[in-house]
Amino acid sequence: MTPTLRFVLCGSVDDGKSTLLGRILQDTRQVFADEMERVAEDSRRYGTRGDAADLALLVDGLQDEREQGITIDVAYRAFETPRRRFIVADAPGHEQYTCNMATGASTAHLAVVMTDARKGILPQTARHTRIVAMLGVRHIVLAVNKMDLVDWDRDRFEPIAAQYWAEVARIGVTKVQAIPVSALTGGNLTRPAAESPWHNGPTLLEHLETVDAERPADRQPFRMPVQYVNRPNPDFRGYCGRVAAGTVSPGDQVLVSPAGTPAEVESIVVWGGERQQAARGDSVTLTLQPQVDVSRGDVIVAAGEPLEVADQFQARIVWMGDEPLTVGRPYRMKLHTQEVGATVTRIRHRVGVSDGAELAAAHLKLNDLGVINLATTRPVPFAPFDESRALGGFILIDRATNATAGAGTITFPLMRAANLSWQAFDIDRAVRAQMKRQRARCLWLTGLSASGKSTVANLLERRLVSGGRHTYLLDGDNLRHGLNRDLGFTEADRVENIRRVAEVARLMVDAGLIVIASFISPFRSEREFARSLFEPGDFMEIFVDASVEVCARRDPKGLYARALNGEIRNFTGVSSPYERPVNPDVHLDTEKLSPDQCVKLVVRRMEDVV
Amino acid sequence: MKRYPWLSALESEAIEIMREGIAVAARPVMLYSIGKDSSVLLHLARKAFWPAPPPMPLLHVDTTWKFREMIAFRDRVAAEAGVRLIVHTNREGVDAGITPFTHGSACFTEAMKTVALRQALDAGRYDIVFVGARRDEEKSRAKERIFSLRSPTHQWDPKAQRPEPWNLYNTHLQTGESLRVSPLSNWTEADVWRYIAAEEIPIVPLYYAAERPVVKRDGLWIMVDDDRMPLEPGEAPRMRRVRFRTLGCYPLTAAIESDAATLAAIIAETIATDHSEREGRLIDHDDEASMERKKREGYF
Ligand SMILES: Nc1nc2c(ncn2[C@@H]2O[C@H](COP(=O)(O)OP(=O)(O)OP(=O)(O)O)[C@@H](O)[C@H]2O)c(=O)[nH]1
Ligand SMILES: [Mg+2]
Repeated sequence: MTPTLRFVLCGSVDDGKSTLLGRILQDTRQVFADEMERVAEDSRRYGTRGDAADLALLVDGLQDEREQGITIDVAYRAFETPRRRFIVADAPGHEQYTCNMATGASTAHLAVVMTDARKGILPQTARHTRIVAMLGVRHIVLAVNKMDLVDWDRDRFEPIAAQYWAEVARIGVTKVQAIPVSALTGGNLTRPAAESPWHNGPTLLEHLETVDAERPADRQPFRMPVQYVNRPNPDFRGYCGRVAAGTVSPGDQVLVSPAGTPAEVESIVVWGGERQQAARGDSVTLTLQPQVDVSRGDVIVAAGEPLEVADQFQARIVWMGDEPLTVGRPYRMKLHTQEVGATVTRIRHRVGVSDGAELAAAHLKLNDLGVINLATTRPVPFAPFDESRALGGFILIDRATNATAGAGTITFPLMRAANLSWQAFDIDRAVRAQMKRQRARCLWLTGLSASGKSTVANLLERRLVSGGRHTYLLDGDNLRHGLNRDLGFTEADRVENIRRVAEVARLMVDAGLIVIASFISPFRSEREFARSLFEPGDFMEIFVDASVEVCARRDPKGLYARALNGEIRNFTGVSSPYERPVNPDVHLDTEKLSPDQCVKLVVRRMEDVV
Repeated sequence: MKRYPWLSALESEAIEIMREGIAVAARPVMLYSIGKDSSVLLHLARKAFWPAPPPMPLLHVDTTWKFREMIAFRDRVAAEAGVRLIVHTNREGVDAGITPFTHGSACFTEAMKTVALRQALDAGRYDIVFVGARRDEEKSRAKERIFSLRSPTHQWDPKAQRPEPWNLYNTHLQTGESLRVSPLSNWTEADVWRYIAAEEIPIVPLYYAAERPVVKRDGLWIMVDDDRMPLEPGEAPRMRRVRFRTLGCYPLTAAIESDAATLAAIIAETIATDHSEREGRLIDHDDEASMERKKREGYF
């Protein structure tokens, strides 16, 4: 059981939240005499209860709040009883200040949702319930307040509780304790109310003191977002952060997400020494071996339990900006210790406050709840919010005003960069290529030995990579040593060689890569076979052309000489035919063009064929 | 910390907040008032960035009326922690002869604390300002965010606070704006004392009960710390066993009669007392809205 229970008081305006908190503080003797004197003075001036003390004034601490008799922003109070310590957030009920309420609810283990026994469940009660559920609160107390005004009538209490249970069941909250209370008399807050003998549940305080509202910590893999890299001198490199899940010890194998770099935890450094273990919630400094590259925003995770990485998400959001949320507008997104650019690509729907209906929406206004699709400017490590509050909750920041414009929770990634099983989405070649921001295809270079294929291929690859493309170069050398080691140079083996090359190239194009295949591939039929494996336009035949005479003169490996001597059999152009391409996509005459000009021609052609 | 299991969680939270501030800060600073909360804050900074020294200087606004023991303590502790200490005094105020006795507490505080602090913050152009404020200190403080935005003129706008969900602090600033960062937001006075005991953090000896020369003014015990304090006709300092719950300028900080000479005794007294620590601050005895107004003006 968590030693400090954090809870939020929410519900509609004037339902008695601040009064209830003031009452609990007074009844558990948290209020100093001088504080009470000031409340008495204030009550005469601003109070809502004539000359009697208005206990809401204990917590409504802003001048405007006292003057208007409502709560505007959250008040936090820490207090302890002999059984537990509490941090309570007294939230405003007024709809206008919903974002402040969400601030208070975000860190809560439990929510006390208040309602006035005379009014029952109001739209605002439902809205707050939805928000606390979205923010990860799974335990709710329904405090039906002002029971003194309805003569502690059981028949008033029970229908409200029943209606509430029905509503929350639909949004996935199952742990609801309903309690009839009076913030005014203190009944059922810290002592049972004599007027409600029919209530056999606990008092509010009793429930708060004993409820086990934290998510189970055991058996979660280790995760720690890196907040700060501590480098006081060249010999020390410490990664500072707060453990978000699991435990860690020296000697543990870890990965640095998103790069996936493996390392071992060397030590857990604390003031003046080291410790042997750290667990969820601990702020620590880790050193790793070897000293890999880690920066703020990376997440150190248990090896074998990698974190998902993605750049497109579906998320729930509560909008807090004065400017409405608009599709396509760039925001900053802060997710754990990471900050990236983010754009809302789609508003799936707005959530109806009282019934949860999915409503079509072109934008979300202040205090709206909605479900959105979000794209980030680079892939980020994360966990769905339901698994981890620390790794799945985010805020959006307005770039122009710096305002905190929204609080969101990731439900799931729309496209996964990590190789985890996917849900409802077909990840195909186009998706993977789009993640690499490129058009995947196969550039097939054919031509005689020494015609210049390798020179062009290498230069071409360098040119593409420096433009940010993801490429792979297949040539005889890297395939003959492995995949095709079992093949010789008979005609059958040469055909099989090309078949395998073409299949490998096809897989790589499917993976989203630009594949450069550089093979003599002398037979038209085998080149046509290769082309047949690809979608139209995905295969480009590039003829690297030089005459046999020129090639034999270049002869960098001395092969032509040996072939002409009869030392090599079946040598293309000498003792075996080369079938010139009839209609290549690109024709490079290397007798006239420099390698650089050749590459330019290929690149231009790639741009033409989109 | 075993007896109070939440202390380690409070410590981890405070360290997380400090690191978050430092990770984004261009010009960080820690306001150091020499009191118990500042002592805890400095201790936490040493822990958070160990083995490096705290990566921010300490800023002390010296009104020239602090208890002498405080100044001696300040210089020793800053040197030990390996941090740079910046001391700022409002020189125009001194030259104008402003003292708590000649100009009254309100005017003195305005000139020597509020204005002085603004001068120091302007001079340093600090963007992240760590303070040892706790939400249990005062009602308007209970409303303040952990990362609390200040305008270029150091004002707090309580009606336009940024939402602060989870621990996702928005640290983006426009030119001239700054953030007051309060790592001790969720601590109570009792937590501070228990933590000082658990971690054996040095504090100014004035917190412990001892025989001290005091006079009674308006029902409050004021310590005569030096001969600048004008005595009324017939008034003579008496030796009393007293201690301080908060520390500030000696003419404006009242002592309480107490026998608590150990941390255990102080903690017991703190839990048993029915008066808030504000009772010892003469400047707080104004009207209800005074604190909030002062904060809006840049004083805390
Ligand atoms: N009779 C009666 N009156 C109550 C009770 N609880 C609160 N009130 C009164 O209801 C009014 C509103 O109480 P608050 O505590 O300010 O309500 P709140 O929920 O904090 O309101 P906001 O924070 O503005 O949303 C005050 O006049 C209270 O005195 C109760 O149990 N019985
Ligand atoms: Mg209220």
